[in-house]
Amino acid sequence: MRPALSAHLARLGSARRGLAAELTLRVPGDIGVVEEAVELVARHLETSFVDRRAIRFNVRVALAEALANAILYGSGEDAARPVAVRVLFGRHAVEMEVTDEGGGFDPGLIPDPTLPANRSRPYGRGLFVIRGLVDEVRFSPKGNSICMVVRRA
Amino acid sequence: MAFKVRKDPRGVVVVEVDGQLIVSNRQEFKQKVLDALEAGDRKFLVDFTPTGYIDSSGLGVLVSLSKKIRDEGGDLRLAGLNEDLKTLFELTKLDTLFAITDSPAEALAAF
Repeated sequence: MRPALSAHLARLGSARRGLAAELTLRVPGDIGVVEEAVELVARHLETSFVDRRAIRFNVRVALAEALANAILYGSGEDAARPVAVRVLFGRHAVEMEVTDEGGGFDPGLIPDPTLPANRSRPYGRGLFVIRGLVDEVRFSPKGNSICMVVRRA
Repeated sequence: MAFKVRKDPRGVVVVEVDGQLIVSNRQEFKQKVLDALEAGDRKFLVDFTPTGYIDSSGLGVLVSLSKKIRDEGGDLRLAGLNEDLKTLFELTKLDTLFAITDSPAEALAAF
């Protein structure tokens, strides 16, 4: 049996940058849990974030991508090596941070998947897709944590 | 979440993606198409009308299947993408790699 997905929601006393709530998840290193984790986050965001369409697509795809990368390359698909997800959210902004226990990577080394020579490759689009769907992407210095920000007026 | 496979009277294998096509189910999707290719089918339509979202693993499996089908002398077409899915194909420039039509009926007529 796979380790269970766990989640915790907290209301933030002093909302920073309009981010009034914090949802934390512990996701087992198992790709079979990705969709459940994404739905759980999306359902929480629907209670406050203004842009339903962005939750339906941009947020879901970006989070699924980040979780897939973390589980495949950070946790090595070892269910016992969990991925930590921290989502800060409010009416006008969502910040999703996904952190794995792996050695990290250099995002600057990922080739552009839209170049003609790379376009027919079946892999290498994850980070590019994330960048295209959210407003800001930040990495930890080690490269094992990605923070994705979606803002709406 | 399921992949519904049916055969059109014109012999086109239609695979409907009901839900997501992502990292966790891409192999199941790939196997369904490869089984049909193995059985001799050469015309494939992936219908995204009931689809929620696709991730880059899903895009990747479409790219690799497209090549395999072409190598066997076949044809893979995509249809029923909503605005968000179309944007994803445009963003990754995969709209240049696939034959994409608005409705499944248009795609079937084009085979």
